[in-house]
Amino acid sequence: MTSSLSIKNLRVSVEDKLILKGLNLEIGLGEVHAIMGPNGSGKSTMAYSLAGHPKYEVEGGEVWLDGENLLEMTPDERARAGLFLAFQYPTAIPGISMANFLRTSVNAVKGQTNGNGKKGIPITEFRKLLNEKMSLLKMDKSFARRYLNEGFSGGEKKRAEILQMALLEPKFAILDETDSGLDIDALRVVSEGVNALTGPDRSFIVITHYQRILNYIKPDFVHIMYDGQIIESGGPELAEKLEAEGYDQLIKEHEAAQTAA
Amino acid sequence: MAQTFDVNLDDYKYGFSVPEDYAFKAEKGLNEKIVRQISEMKNEPGWMTDFRLRGYKHFLERPMPQWGGRGMLNEIDFDDIYYYIKPTGADKAFESWDDVPEDIKNTFDRLGIPEAEQKFLAGVGAQYESEVIYHSIIEDLEKKGVLFLDMDAGLREHPEIVKEYFGTIIPPEDNKFAALNTAVWSGGSFIYVPPGIEVGLPLQAYFRINAQNMGQFERTLIIVDEGAYVHYVEGCTAPTYSTDSLHSAVVEIIVKENGRCRYSTIQNWSHNVYNLVTKRAQAYKNATMEWVDGNLGSKLTMKYPAVWLMDEGAHGEVLSIAFAGKGQIQDAGGKIVHAAPNTSSVITSKSISKSGGRGSYRGLIKVAPNAHHSKSNVVCDALILDEESASDTFPYIEIENNNVSIGHEASVSKVSEEQLFYLMSRGIPEDQAANMIVSGFIEPIVKELPMEYALEMNRLIEMEMEGSVG
Repeated sequence: MTSSLSIKNLRVSVEDKLILKGLNLEIGLGEVHAIMGPNGSGKSTMAYSLAGHPKYEVEGGEVWLDGENLLEMTPDERARAGLFLAFQYPTAIPGISMANFLRTSVNAVKGQTNGNGKKGIPITEFRKLLNEKMSLLKMDKSFARRYLNEGFSGGEKKRAEILQMALLEPKFAILDETDSGLDIDALRVVSEGVNALTGPDRSFIVITHYQRILNYIKPDFVHIMYDGQIIESGGPELAEKLEAEGYDQLIKEHEAAQTAA
Repeated sequence: MAQTFDVNLDDYKYGFSVPEDYAFKAEKGLNEKIVRQISEMKNEPGWMTDFRLRGYKHFLERPMPQWGGRGMLNEIDFDDIYYYIKPTGADKAFESWDDVPEDIKNTFDRLGIPEAEQKFLAGVGAQYESEVIYHSIIEDLEKKGVLFLDMDAGLREHPEIVKEYFGTIIPPEDNKFAALNTAVWSGGSFIYVPPGIEVGLPLQAYFRINAQNMGQFERTLIIVDEGAYVHYVEGCTAPTYSTDSLHSAVVEIIVKENGRCRYSTIQNWSHNVYNLVTKRAQAYKNATMEWVDGNLGSKLTMKYPAVWLMDEGAHGEVLSIAFAGKGQIQDAGGKIVHAAPNTSSVITSKSISKSGGRGSYRGLIKVAPNAHHSKSNVVCDALILDEESASDTFPYIEIENNNVSIGHEASVSKVSEEQLFYLMSRGIPEDQAANMIVSGFIEPIVKELPMEYALEMNRLIEMEMEGSVG
């Protein structure tokens, strides 16, 4: 199996507090991995660290994306290398239209050259692509004229994240609690958007607190995260077990095993 | 969070100069002889000579203001300035670029003026040092009676209109620099739009300083008659010299009943120019006056475009953008005087400070005792890009009627780490991301500009933002 993303013994602290305490994860090309865990287990820290947020201090370990050393790259280099993070709380930027932002981003990541030798996707072609992806996500055309994430409802923000993913077509995507704050209809639309992108060339990490989204996005593997480490891995059945028993039972078993060892 | 953006003064693309070729260059410094000489050379009527001398007298008497420039005003050496320079061939404004002396034509070519004229303007005036060297308006407007001349030609050809309005909105005694302008004014625009005429495309004037230690004192008078509309745009640049130049303009505007005037400025002087300008408009019944004021260049700018709302239903607006880079003070804002009932006004100000620059909002809202049911809203936002830079807010409000609605909001923000990270996580490099945040910040004002100027404004801001992000 060729590994798409390889995380080895990753240790990350935030404001001098160690959050990830030796995280190990191998994700193969075309695989969908769900990461589940209680609040505070380090799921979002993992997401931000992989994307390169400056507040997250890497204390040790390695992360390789398609054989490239991810930790040596700036956040924009990571994006251009094919990494994408769908934010749990996307930031609003007033005065920048969605359309302008998306085109700038697509040009930065895909960096095509148009006929004039100028870098960038021609505007008409981009508009067509944008309309296509927006209708897939059942977004109104007027959305493109709004300012980036400004005044967006929770559901609109999540759709906008998936729209960006659909346009950037990353090799590797991390969805950080994309299901949080979504009603059942929005969850279905967003999940369909994600499912349209799954395929043999693209890998996903789906971070979630609840099993609900996994009814729509079928993971190949499920990992339970607790206290900055993966404490259990398995197939989709693990999520069902978790749904039935809750985190407490799993954590107790884990802690008993730690003590025994 | 400490983000540092370096501004490189060498990035100023308009800092070039061409050799001096002048028909007349007054000696340095200012005295009564020079004031008389200017008036004489222009063959002015006696009342204008007297008016100039009145301005000169007040200029001498009036103390230097000790606010706004943080002491910088006291550094102006009035004896080290040329108050009047007439380029060779500038006896009158040419109507064809082919007649303009080559060096000067090349200068305006490099600034893109003839090209813009062909593409999207109804008329163009181009001032070089003290004189307007080129002036033209599309024939169709001329036939409708629209006057668009340089101020000197306006005085020669329409003395009765000039005499009626000149100095009535901004009298010589208004302030020290208006007094100086009155004494030595030369060039500028004279516009008259007859009743009911809407000038569809903008009229543009471009002001260029070429000589070192130059003082440029253009004077503009715009009269928009009943139900008429005009959009006037001005731009300005100068070479970068190690010594200072002075630009001190006076702009007076009258907008009559149901008329509308929009005056847009993209000020991009080199960083050795003191830019001390007085701009004021009077708006009559149901008339609208809008100032769109972009200040990017200069060493010190002090400019507060004003609207006096003279009659019921008059509306005044000031949209102000200021970018203060290294060594710059942009003391900008706006003034609105509600002198009649049921008048309304909006001031929106956005300032950006970077590399030690200082951007200030200074504004006045004044409501006269009779101006009941007046509404005013002021919003001023400042964006500070690094730890060395600063921003100040000086909102003055004088209200003499209780039955009014006045709003004021102010905010100061920094480019946030979260915004930068979000854009970077989408593949956008840090410097470009910072640019985007800044252009987003000024977007509410830039979108009010015609597309060509909006693009120009964004391009200029990008140039100011150029250099490393560290």
